[in-house]
Amino acid sequence: MRITVSVNGQPHTRDVEPRLLLVHFLRDELGLTGTHWGCDTSNCGVCTVQLDGVPVKSCTVLAVMADGHEVTTVEGLERDGELDAVQKGFVECHGLQCGFCTPGMLLTARRLLDTVPDPDEGQIREAISGQLCRCTGYENIVRSIRWAAAAEGEARR
Amino acid sequence: MSHGRMHRKEDARFIRGRGNYTDDVRLPGMLYGAILRSPYAHARIVSVDASAAEAHPKVRAVIIGQTLAGLGLAWMPTLSRDTQAVLATDKVRFQGQEVAFVVAEDAYSARDALELIDVEYEPLDAVIDARKALDPDAPVIRDDLEGRTDNHVFDWEAGDGERADALFAQAEVTVAQDMLYPRVHPAPLETCGAVADFDKVTGKLTVWCPTQAPHAHRTLYAMVAGLPEHKIRVISPDIGGGFGGKVGIYPGYVCAIVGSIVTGRPVKWMEDRSENLMSTSFARDYHMRGEIAATRDGRIRAIRVKVLADHGAFNGTAQPTKFPAGFFHVFSGSYDIEAAHCAVTGVYTNKAPGGVAYACSFRITEAVYLVERMVDVLAAELGMDPAELRLRNLIRPEQFPYRSPTGWEYDSGDYPRALRLAMDLAGYDKLRAEQADRRARGELMGIGVSFFTEAVGAGPRKHMDILGLGMADGAELRVHPTGKAVLRVSCQTQGQGHETTFAQIVGQELGIPADDVEVVHGDTDQTPFGLGTYGSRSTPVSGAAAAIVSRKVRERARIVAAAMLEASPDDLEWADGRWAVVGDPATGRSMAEIALAAHSDLELPEGVEGHLDAVTVYNPPNLTYPFGAYICVVDVDPGTGQVKVRRFVAVDDCGVRINPMIVEGQIHGGLADGIGMALMQVMAFDEDGNHLGASFMDYLLPTAMECPSWELGETVTPSPTHPIGAKGVGESATVGSPAAVVNAVVDALAPYGVRHADMPLTPANVWRVINGNPFRTDLAIP
Amino acid sequence: MQVPAKFAYERADSVPHALELLERYGPEARVVAGGHSLIPMMKLRLAQPEALIDINGLTELGRLAVEDDELVIGALVRHAELLASTIATDLFPIFRDAERVIADPIVRNRGTIGGSLCQADPSEDLSAVFSALRATAVIQGRNGTRTVPIRDFHQGPYETAVEPDELLVRLRVPISSGTGSAYVKVERRVGDWPVAAAGAVLRVEDGVIAQAGVGLTAVGAEHFCAPEAETYLAGRPPSPEAFAAAGRIAAEHCEPHTDQRGPADYKRHLAAELTRRALAAAAERI
Repeated sequence: MRITVSVNGQPHTRDVEPRLLLVHFLRDELGLTGTHWGCDTSNCGVCTVQLDGVPVKSCTVLAVMADGHEVTTVEGLERDGELDAVQKGFVECHGLQCGFCTPGMLLTARRLLDTVPDPDEGQIREAISGQLCRCTGYENIVRSIRWAAAAEGEARR
Repeated sequence: MSHGRMHRKEDARFIRGRGNYTDDVRLPGMLYGAILRSPYAHARIVSVDASAAEAHPKVRAVIIGQTLAGLGLAWMPTLSRDTQAVLATDKVRFQGQEVAFVVAEDAYSARDALELIDVEYEPLDAVIDARKALDPDAPVIRDDLEGRTDNHVFDWEAGDGERADALFAQAEVTVAQDMLYPRVHPAPLETCGAVADFDKVTGKLTVWCPTQAPHAHRTLYAMVAGLPEHKIRVISPDIGGGFGGKVGIYPGYVCAIVGSIVTGRPVKWMEDRSENLMSTSFARDYHMRGEIAATRDGRIRAIRVKVLADHGAFNGTAQPTKFPAGFFHVFSGSYDIEAAHCAVTGVYTNKAPGGVAYACSFRITEAVYLVERMVDVLAAELGMDPAELRLRNLIRPEQFPYRSPTGWEYDSGDYPRALRLAMDLAGYDKLRAEQADRRARGELMGIGVSFFTEAVGAGPRKHMDILGLGMADGAELRVHPTGKAVLRVSCQTQGQGHETTFAQIVGQELGIPADDVEVVHGDTDQTPFGLGTYGSRSTPVSGAAAAIVSRKVRERARIVAAAMLEASPDDLEWADGRWAVVGDPATGRSMAEIALAAHSDLELPEGVEGHLDAVTVYNPPNLTYPFGAYICVVDVDPGTGQVKVRRFVAVDDCGVRINPMIVEGQIHGGLADGIGMALMQVMAFDEDGNHLGASFMDYLLPTAMECPSWELGETVTPSPTHPIGAKGVGESATVGSPAAVVNAVVDALAPYGVRHADMPLTPANVWRVINGNPFRTDLAIP
Repeated sequence: MQVPAKFAYERADSVPHALELLERYGPEARVVAGGHSLIPMMKLRLAQPEALIDINGLTELGRLAVEDDELVIGALVRHAELLASTIATDLFPIFRDAERVIADPIVRNRGTIGGSLCQADPSEDLSAVFSALRATAVIQGRNGTRTVPIRDFHQGPYETAVEPDELLVRLRVPISSGTGSAYVKVERRVGDWPVAAAGAVLRVEDGVIAQAGVGLTAVGAEHFCAPEAETYLAGRPPSPEAFAAAGRIAAEHCEPHTDQRGPADYKRHLAAELTRRALAAAAERI
């Protein structure tokens, strides 16, 4: 089946099997390996991307379902050589160790700050509760997102 | 005492999605493998018919046990000198065991073709409950082993049993408790997998694989497959978490290699999550009975333990040869105890092999859990505060180096200071007062204390080896003419930040910025031999090697600087990162200046080679002994059994902290592991051997919602044996935290007379414990 | 990673088109919307439909609005949309309680109300919620629409009143004043299916309970409700004692099964305890 998916602002047209999962479309068809996979049951959330701006688990979305839609992956966060505030926050606050959950966490964080610019700790923990991290104990992920919120708040002033 | 909270060099690629994990490796012409696994825990294989799979248009090869048997590869040695089936030939011995390997043009077709393989099984009775493995009528699992008539693997003991027995005989108070440290899985978010590429022309095999020990893998492939070792290159790219589960060699890796040799094309195999949970390295599964003998006023005199260790169907534990129960015999813990004795019996069951993994420091997790639970049981018996009881028995600062009753020599520590700091941070007395108020109102609040001593950084190699390979690790350092350096190490980061920390070590030793040091690791063609990263050994071993090789370079730089300054090396001093004539800082030469001179036409003294580099192999003189004091506060809902971790205070002493930011991150992660194991993680099996936690829907890992905001504290007691006084910290929190959580929950349940409850403390388990009717957590709930 | 077996894929552009496709492909076709129940089952090859009919484009099924004296929730409303709808959650706080503990925020972005109900998992949260609310399911076939009371909707584990050639199009929830509602769930961990959960809806008139709705999930309550407890409550003044008694009655009529989430006796206990708590919370909100 022929589909066109806009990924990070670029349209991509491919012939795919209907069963092709979006995560494999991104990784294998487009070579965007920043999106990972970690389970089969939509529990771990490392495959999280934004579909029309909303975080979804790309292991549980068929590529054909993204036909005509806009996907944002971790590769699309940096704009014109400028890192997104959430990317900077993860570096500043040591919000990652092995890096495997990081892309998904970044995309959820980005969406959270787009909808709740100044989230408290509880809101952050709830927002990332569908994504597992085995390294950080979540503490520094929470701090990283808080850092990004503060940085963007500062920039708005 | 630190090298600074430097941001990580690794982050630049990871935050952009530019990491390179095994599944990101794509080679021209690459094929994809998938494994057919046994649905039975124990069954005889009657026949395997792969013809329909072979006829699938996208399939390039189907490999079954008989294929491998023809090549002499159906069985492989385990890290504990047992054997393990690569692909089953005679029987399957656990659910999820590897039976056939399909190689196809794409991953989806490989998966489809598995459905076309017809295997006829004759189901056999399975041994699931370790406590029944040695029953006289138990089915014999390992009938492949010559003369084997039971499921016994080993007996092993440590300590002075007679002395312990004597102290027990005359003890004022004794307590005993059965406890289970259930089977859990490290479950890194990246599963295991491999890309194998055998080049028929050059005879070179390249294997990309998320291994924590690339050099050990290379040597073992050479030994197993008979390939010449110099023709094997193991590349461990970025690893999405390891936690011990990526030390061993799994059948899938061997299958990928065979698949590449058979097809002449690169073959990728990545296990899915169910395969990961069902077949690759599990951890723990220790059934323990602990006993303590003490005086009425709370002086612990002796401790005894009996352990039944479930090793699964093949004894595949990765631990030093001398120690079949790992370092479990450090179970006298942090206390000054006169006598200790443990006896461990290992058994085979129809479960996956493995046995030591998951941030356990070679079974110290189990040992610390045992002793820390037992101390609380004693405190309950004596009616004494558990923190006070610990303070009364902790090894005193002046006793270091301390020789433990089972033969360990603890290097350094001030234990009471750490525990008192944790109590201060927690506000311990106020918490106890609050608890009393709440109890009066019928509320269940618990305060759990644990204290741990770790033993990390194996070797020394005379005591520590795996399959005869001693635990010592190399480092190579080269300073380029412009003063930029490359450090090559044998260990392999899985998120610990070696590229940053080791650069900081070298930078500090050479007086150059850490940014000017590149750390190369994870490629056996580019790094010196060493046994890799597990058991929290990177900083204690490779970190030490990095410091020592830097000092060797610095000494060479001294000779070069002396030649530059036309002075004697003995007249130079190292100050502010430069070599200068004593008392004349203006003469100082930086490492960059010296490096350029070392590569120039400068005449060097007779016998001194040019350039600026060095190699070393670090054989640790002793383990290092980090320690810590943890306090956990929980609230338990008596109506539902739900546990909420309200606070967690962790005081860690891991000696000198090279990068405190990274150290704290390591501790955070381990504390979350403790919450997970104490409250939710478990792999149970039903009576037929069906795995009841084979996906993330049932093998539960903690989310951000179960974890409190960690409250950390630190003390610093440098290691006297490590060149920069560091001790290693990767596993400390995983080792120390489960006991704190369980102690807190049991403390909360004290009004019901509860003294012990097995992990995981799920709502159902807690409610049943409250009602005096607990169930076995390692079996199907009856 | 696990991947689904092959299937045909059709994208419906209207409800009649979806119904036509369902008829064309027959009973081996499945409707897919959020896919968060179905696609994992397909990846594990526990489900192997021959065709998927994608209804994500049917915006007419995404409506969430008050119509007359009912709240109308389209089958394609996502969990996150229901949670974010102050119209829905102010009228029925039970939705806020439940939607915050259904799966996780990212799954909720994709999963749909209709999908959850049609999956008909015996541990489904929303089945208990709508049962407590005495909602009505609107089902469309080629010959028009029909309505089914939600308590007749579920006909057993993974079985509903929706025929293979029909589509659940919306839920209708009756609105009445003097009502409070709540949902209480015990889970092993955030995001997990319930060990047990209870929903309660109370309407109080003149100091006595005019109507009670009690929904239960994961405890083997027939049609996800506890009619005996509801009958007991009707006509009584709300009180802790009455709620506790109703909880005991609800528990007596459950048939929980032991699994790794918990043994049957514990689930039965939770049926009582959570019913009591949900009723008390619902009463607080009137």
